[in-house]
Amino acid sequence: MATLNDYLLVSGLLFALGLAGVVLRRNIIIVFMCLELMLSAANLSLVAFSRFNTVNGLPDYNGQMLVFFVITVAAAEVAVGLAIIVALYRTRQTIHTDELTSLKG
Amino acid sequence: MPSYLFWIFSTIMLIGGAAVIAFRNPVSSALSVVTCFVGLAGLFVGLSAFFVGIIQILVYTGAIMVLFLFIIMLLDLKDEEKRTKSLAPLVGGLVLVFAFVVQLIGVLSKSPNKSASVLDQQTLAAAATHFPAGGKIATSLIEGRLPDVHLIGHTLFTDYNLPFQILGVLLLVATIGVIALSKKQAE
Amino acid sequence: MNLAWILLFLPLAVAAACQLVLPKSPIVPLVSTASAVATLVISFLLLGKIETHSFNWATIGDFNLQIGIQLDRLSTGMMIVVTGVGALVHIFSLAYMKDDSAKNRYFTGLALFMFSMTGIVLANNFIMTFIFWELVGLSSYLLIGHWYQKESAADAAKKAFLCNRVGDFGFMVGILMLWGITGTLSFSEMAVPATISSGVIGAAILCIFCGAVGKSAQLPLHVWLPDAMEGPTPVSALIHAATMVAAGVYMLFRVQLSIGTEAFDGFAGTTIAYVGGFTALIAALMATQQDDIKRVLAYSTLSQLGYMVMAVGLLAGEAGMFHLFTHAWFKALLFLGSGAVIHACHHEQNIWKMGGLLKKMPITGITFFLGFAALIAVPFTSGFFSKELILEAAHEKQPLLFWIAAFVAVLTPFYMTRLFVVAFLGKAKSDNADHAHEVSPLMFIPLVILSILALIAGYGFVNAYAPAAPEHAGEFHLNFLFWVSAIALIIGAGAAFLLYAGKDKDPLSIPLFKNRFYIDGIYDHFLVRYFQDAFAAIIHFFDEFLINGLLVGGLSRGAASTGNLFRKLQSGQLQAYSFAFGLGVILVIYFTVFL
Repeated sequence: MATLNDYLLVSGLLFALGLAGVVLRRNIIIVFMCLELMLSAANLSLVAFSRFNTVNGLPDYNGQMLVFFVITVAAAEVAVGLAIIVALYRTRQTIHTDELTSLKG
Repeated sequence: MPSYLFWIFSTIMLIGGAAVIAFRNPVSSALSVVTCFVGLAGLFVGLSAFFVGIIQILVYTGAIMVLFLFIIMLLDLKDEEKRTKSLAPLVGGLVLVFAFVVQLIGVLSKSPNKSASVLDQQTLAAAATHFPAGGKIATSLIEGRLPDVHLIGHTLFTDYNLPFQILGVLLLVATIGVIALSKKQAE
Repeated sequence: MNLAWILLFLPLAVAAACQLVLPKSPIVPLVSTASAVATLVISFLLLGKIETHSFNWATIGDFNLQIGIQLDRLSTGMMIVVTGVGALVHIFSLAYMKDDSAKNRYFTGLALFMFSMTGIVLANNFIMTFIFWELVGLSSYLLIGHWYQKESAADAAKKAFLCNRVGDFGFMVGILMLWGITGTLSFSEMAVPATISSGVIGAAILCIFCGAVGKSAQLPLHVWLPDAMEGPTPVSALIHAATMVAAGVYMLFRVQLSIGTEAFDGFAGTTIAYVGGFTALIAALMATQQDDIKRVLAYSTLSQLGYMVMAVGLLAGEAGMFHLFTHAWFKALLFLGSGAVIHACHHEQNIWKMGGLLKKMPITGITFFLGFAALIAVPFTSGFFSKELILEAAHEKQPLLFWIAAFVAVLTPFYMTRLFVVAFLGKAKSDNADHAHEVSPLMFIPLVILSILALIAGYGFVNAYAPAAPEHAGEFHLNFLFWVSAIALIIGAGAAFLLYAGKDKDPLSIPLFKNRFYIDGIYDHFLVRYFQDAFAAIIHFFDEFLINGLLVGGLSRGAASTGNLFRKLQSGQLQAYSFAFGLGVILVIYFTVFL
């Protein structure tokens, strides 16, 4: 049987992959997808905590509530974020982060 | 959940995640995310979180990732060209990730491990006493099944009612925001 | 508040009101003039009174610093001169400065000067004298530099101020020495203890004399006075002929009265007398070759001040003060006359471009002639009586100085006749002189009043009002001295008349005199170059490198470079930000979990 630490390790590795994608990739859509990976990694640990922490002999459903909310908010975030990317592409004709440096001081 | 299933789904998930960063083509990356999420959904089911596993497939994979694919195709993105880049950002990023993994292992090796409690007929039947007798939840529990959807619904509409309503407003606001953003701006 | 205090503070109040309350008002000249006339009236009311008023200004331990007024014959007489000339100059200025754009500043400056000069004259102690002494220097600076847009005027003002500073330094040392010797600063209480050696007291007097050298423009600090002619002509008449330059003589005589003539008997008095004598001689020699009408008068003023200083040095201070009294009227007359001439000739100051002015401006010409007669000591004019007394004192005490003074008495008619003949007689030598016409009554009435005074000021019924006069002042004797001065007058005036009558340009050319014995040049090339420039270099170093470079520039450069450093962090690269964010997360985990 897989233990809690096994789940947390897998979740952490998924988070690390997401982080690597955010730091390494230049395409802003892929960066965005990697953000989703990191969110899902967090979800995995939440569900694991929920299962391994029993209340009255049942899994702790508070953790799964949080996952539910995260997924919903992520859906809204993706919708808005993709709309922003589309608007950005319309004005700048690029979604390559190397070319989006107007914040340079 | 038998150990070998856990490792199979974990491997699918991690390979999918690695493929997201490895592919140059955004469409391939998006499909890798789908693969990754399928593995993740398997893990959820293995954790007896059937409802979450289902919405992971339905909402994330079915809706969000399809949205991503729509946008990728709408923008008609080409493959990212191979760029002659300085090595420093690549090495820096990898060192950062490596440091994170090392810390993760360090934390997990120190923290106490825990095994999952057994969810057999006895424990479930014992838990049934906390729910109104004769109700769907109690009935299912006594029969030895975990009424996952009912339990989540019960929690959502009792303890989390207000956040749930607020979430509805948030989705509305997001919808309006997306419409406003996507509207062709007047020149 | 009695009259004496009003006399002192009225001009200050007027100056303050003009500057602070009425800076743009057209009545400023009138207010200032009214105040000058009022002080003249008060001076007459106070004439001959002997009183002291004072109050403590500051108390330091058992030392009281007083502001006080001493009224006696010397100060009240001097006040007549100051306010009399002052009032007439104010009236003259009303016309002379009518079209000046900054006449309010000018009249405010005059009021401030009247206040300062009154303070010197009425002061009953050295500290007060010194304060007003500096105030006079300041107001003189402001008035010389009235046309500060002209570089020469600004430079002349600076030069006057700096030369005065040099003298004032000695003056301050002298005041402190006298304080140390006598233990008091009040004129009336000053007495030299018998235990003090004559050398010490002599040194103190010579230090005090330094102040007079600066203010009364004696050698070697005389250079500022001719340059001060850059100021408006009425200012020259008031400050640089009648009052401020006389302050040095007045102060010397005041000291002589306070500590007694015995203290001056010895090397101090002799030095003073010789400085005066040589100033008289050298200034007269320089005057013979000047072409600017005001510069000729300036050098003649130097020369006459030399006479006065010489008289004080010869322990004949009364004669000196008497000459100061008469000289004030006729020199103010000559300056105002030259001002009228300059005004009429559209600011032409070169005498070789004038000529024939006597016919065109008869009132100015005649009054100028009367002043000229008094200056060259034509018998029975005021100048004659006073100069005679100085010659007499020199004859008694220092024969060498007597002959120097007698030679100056030849030179004075020479250069003044040259001036008069060239500027007023003959025919007009330029268009400006050709178009000259008589000035307005506001200008010639002061001239007429002054010319009357120039004639009669020497006689007993007038010199009773003088600050001081020897016992037999105004008397006439046919003696050796009379013949010396009469012959000197005839030689000087006659030679100049023969030499210059009908000439269009200067037949004589003596570069040494024309270039003022090269003294100005020496100052400019040595003192200014080596002292001022070296000092300026040090200041410049401080300003440029320490203040500007390190403090001001260093701070701003520090801020800018710190900003640039942090600017580099803001690369605009999304990955750089996320990398920094990840690094921060790792550090937080490290510090919270592993540390």
